[in-house]
Amino acid sequence: MPDLICGERIIADTWQRITDTSLERIDQLPEGQLLLPLEVWNRLACDGLSSRSHELGLWLSSGQLPDGVQGDLKSIPVIAVEFPVFADGRGFSIGYLLRSRFGYSGQLRAIGAPIRDQLTYLRRCGFDAMQLAENYDPVAALASLHDFSEVYQTSFDQPLPLFRRRS
Amino acid sequence: MYRYDHLDRQIVEDRVAQFRDQTERYLRGEISEDEFRPLRLQNGLYVQRLAPMLRVSIPYGLLSSEQVRMLAHIARRYDKGYGHITTRQNIQYNWPALEDVPDILADLASVEMHAIQTSGNCIRNFTTDQFAGIAPDETLDPRPYCEIMRQWATFHPEFAFLPRKFKIAVCGSEADRAAILVHDIGLNLVRDNNGDIGFDVYVGGGMGRTPVIGSLIRKNLPEEHILTYLEAILRIYNLFGNRDNKFKARIKILVRAMGAEAFAAKVEREWAAIKDSASRLTQQEIDRVKAHFPSQPYQRVAPEALNRIESLKLENIEFQRWLNRNTQAHKQPGYAAVTLSLKRVGIPPGDVTAEQLDAIADLCDRYSFGEARTTHEQNIVLADVRRDELYDLWQECCRLGFAAPTVGTLSDIICCPGGDFCSLANAKSIPVAEAIQRRFDNIDYLYDLGDIDLNISGCMNACGHHHVGHIGILGVDKKGEEWFQIQLGGNQGKDASLAEVLGPSFSRDDVPEVIERILTRYLELRLPGESFLEAYRRLGLQVFKEVAYA
Repeated sequence: MPDLICGERIIADTWQRITDTSLERIDQLPEGQLLLPLEVWNRLACDGLSSRSHELGLWLSSGQLPDGVQGDLKSIPVIAVEFPVFADGRGFSIGYLLRSRFGYSGQLRAIGAPIRDQLTYLRRCGFDAMQLAENYDPVAALASLHDFSEVYQTSFDQPLPLFRRRS
Repeated sequence: MYRYDHLDRQIVEDRVAQFRDQTERYLRGEISEDEFRPLRLQNGLYVQRLAPMLRVSIPYGLLSSEQVRMLAHIARRYDKGYGHITTRQNIQYNWPALEDVPDILADLASVEMHAIQTSGNCIRNFTTDQFAGIAPDETLDPRPYCEIMRQWATFHPEFAFLPRKFKIAVCGSEADRAAILVHDIGLNLVRDNNGDIGFDVYVGGGMGRTPVIGSLIRKNLPEEHILTYLEAILRIYNLFGNRDNKFKARIKILVRAMGAEAFAAKVEREWAAIKDSASRLTQQEIDRVKAHFPSQPYQRVAPEALNRIESLKLENIEFQRWLNRNTQAHKQPGYAAVTLSLKRVGIPPGDVTAEQLDAIADLCDRYSFGEARTTHEQNIVLADVRRDELYDLWQECCRLGFAAPTVGTLSDIICCPGGDFCSLANAKSIPVAEAIQRRFDNIDYLYDLGDIDLNISGCMNACGHHHVGHIGILGVDKKGEEWFQIQLGGNQGKDASLAEVLGPSFSRDDVPEVIERILTRYLELRLPGESFLEAYRRLGLQVFKEVAYA
């Protein structure tokens, strides 16, 4: 199982990402913890996911916004946001909106190709789990979570901008 | 000027350490070329034709003499003894070694400077009027707002990987000297009838491949809302800007595709959700930052001393010319702003040596309260000079090579580094600038032509602002050969206009001749007192085209 940075630790990722967007019924899904594409999620949300709701999460591509999610977003255990290439920064805004605008408090993951040097920005925007691009050693990367000891602006991690905290 | 406290210092020092680590990992092969690129770019480091290029940020163009000395030190120690003032008020060095860059950043941090976000697809340096705080036509000093926004934009976690670069300029005066209408966001500071301060917000201007004049999307936005409004604009752009084609990725393309009204409506909706968040500015913060930009401790200048300058002016034609072209009115009686020209013929426009930088630092200390400004026209300004010291300062300028009395004339060319340095360029721009300066070296002729902005870019990225030159020259590549397109009628002020292409491009050798024909036509056809731009607007392209291709 691939490694996942979760908070300050490395854990084995137990969630499987489903990429087939054509699935139509809940009984077509494999066993275990799954991250469903938005199209499948929305299709199944109408039929009710309650029997497996604890083990069904959602992943959003970088072009999919949280307001496109059907049903009660807050109860989803894991939402992953894809960074298809690390330079595609839409996921930072999507993460921020999920946390700050939609009140999402479950696990928020960055997946795809984020790089070590984006960890502080990801965390600031509300991501608490990150799966790095393959060539990064996640253990060494943990150090980059602490690149900055102070920040100017508010984001999800810091409700007050520096100008409201200067003494 | 704004001075760091321990928190500002900490943030910049953290960045130096971060970049040192990134550079070491890159040199060890732990970061790929592709992944290191945006990291180094966000620290101003390009890989250029001959060597890396480091662009150092000069926030809104303001420098202390101590900082100028550090820029000299960097030129001497890590480069070939000179730097280049850019069209966005920054300075760039063309020859640093990659492995030295962390040390350069550490040296910069020691004087409260950095290279943060001087490149890459992020929010770049805020630029403004080089006469901010002293111009007689100023409504409000834009610098405190630039500083507040600079802090907000620095390492903004959401907006470090935008679809494309993002440039913001601010104007606080009647005449726009910051070219706000050709920026991704242009802000015009205004004071309403109640005395309340606000911003007119223009979005989607820009030059480059697709030049556009910005659209006004919000009038008189109260000052306390500026950060949340910027946040709303940037969020919409970050989410909806084009990421498939880098030539269509600037915000101007999004604004144009949606229409300015629809874009504004989307921004307003987003803003409604955040306008009263903690990012809403406090009066305390506005006052705190404004306190860093007090009026200088001006002295009364005795009338007798001014009389002496007047008589020297009558005796010495060279001094008189310099006073007329290179000094600027000041709101404080007895003071003037002085432009040190970096346009000496034979030197690439904007280039400045380490010795000159040291000398500028000394001049700041002696004549202008220890401060200097860079201008987007690639000159240096000493903003607060006593008028009775102008003769002494002029003599120093003559000695140092800053006294070319050509500010605002055809010879005061804006010019990008071009194909001599830049790997993006299609053509060399510096030799064209020099050929034009040499052709038009008669000072009386230059003065007769009056105010003319001649801007040269070596490629359509338009670093030399050719779209807003009264005369713009663009280097193009035709089957591996360098050719030059000539454009007329651009302007950067509040009545900004984009230049129109004259016709097929010219060889480099022909450019000065064609410019001369155009100018001769202007002199023939102008009405009394009519500037080149005014004449062009009245006459149109055709009358100039006729002579250019005759």
